[in-house]
Amino acid sequence: MSKENLILIEPLCAHYQVEMSLFSELQDFGIIEIITIEDSYFIHEDRINVVEKVVRIQKDLDINLEGVDTVLNLLDKINDLQTQLNTAKNKLRLYED
Amino acid sequence: MAFIDYYKILGIEKKSTQSDIKKAYRKLARKYHPDLNPNDKEAEKKFQEINEANEVLSDTENRKKYDKYGKDWKHADEFDKAQQQRQQSRKGYQGQSSSNFSESEYSDFFESMFGGRGNRGGNVQFKGQDFHAELHLDLKDVYETHKRTLTVNGKNIRLTIPSGVINGQIIRIKGHGGEGLNGGPKGDLILKFSIANHTDFKRDKDNLYATADIDLFTALLGGEITINTFKGKVKLKVKPETQSGTKVKLKGKGFPVYKKEGKFGDLYITYNVKLPTKLSEKEKELFNELAKLRSK
Repeated sequence: MSKENLILIEPLCAHYQVEMSLFSELQDFGIIEIITIEDSYFIHEDRINVVEKVVRIQKDLDINLEGVDTVLNLLDKINDLQTQLNTAKNKLRLYED
Repeated sequence: MAFIDYYKILGIEKKSTQSDIKKAYRKLARKYHPDLNPNDKEAEKKFQEINEANEVLSDTENRKKYDKYGKDWKHADEFDKAQQQRQQSRKGYQGQSSSNFSESEYSDFFESMFGGRGNRGGNVQFKGQDFHAELHLDLKDVYETHKRTLTVNGKNIRLTIPSGVINGQIIRIKGHGGEGLNGGPKGDLILKFSIANHTDFKRDKDNLYATADIDLFTALLGGEITINTFKGKVKLKVKPETQSGTKVKLKGKGFPVYKKEGKFGDLYITYNVKLPTKLSEKEKELFNELAKLRSK
């Protein structure tokens, strides 16, 4: 399997000063997917932002992973609603102008 | 710089304990954290303030300086050293002054307070907020790679939109989001494509689907018809005795494959045999004859 666009978890643990178990837990919550290649563990580079967000929320706000997962889900919902609102506003503007 | 009342910012009293400070900070941070308030400049500013207040008040030494010197607390070291120097002068010490603080040293002091040099774990650099935008395009627009200028938060961004972009596809344009906090990198622009199809073609990934009407005689005897593709009109040979609903594939006449230049999907044409109406007496007679021939 190609390692293109994949990032090794081990240096990420050192960088964010977190345990490997955090990544396993994030996988259990369905937040990331751990990819195993030749006994090494990777995540897709697209998920780095989410991992960063989780680490920040956990550290800054002292929230456990269940809470972080809830926060992420609610943020997704807010984002969807915001997009819908923007689309609706744009459509309304067509009639207002 | 104007005096900032850190106690007021955290909504606590001067006599508050470290536990009160922590509690107040957590409560406000949960409310104003940039991750929980995407694209909210006010919340971002507020979080910066409460973070700053917490940085100072949660550190016993800094809190002492802040309580002692009030609005001038940032120059506490300078005052203390000046005071020491005065005491030394009174005692008759001369020598070169080693405590002339330059502007850059103030800055160092400030940075050490707020982590500009990154020596305090709590002062995290934040990547700027990601901006989300939706770009409405027509299917015809994405048949060819083209450039487009978008205005996001007052800034013009010139984008190359590759041919073959799919409806609902999301692309991330790095560094075109909100400003980072504490020297963090800029956020990204996350662009979602909304592609409306006003053509007669149905698109499924890279393949296109369309129907073509053929008359009864072409269907029975074969012939040639002209059909529309995205690139223009092409001639298509119809085999004799073609049934209605027959599907033919025109290789490479479909939609461009995303980011694979020169590669195209296929176009599938489904024949729809149109039966003649308003038959003349002569035609009816001839069809009757045909019917008799077929029944023999």
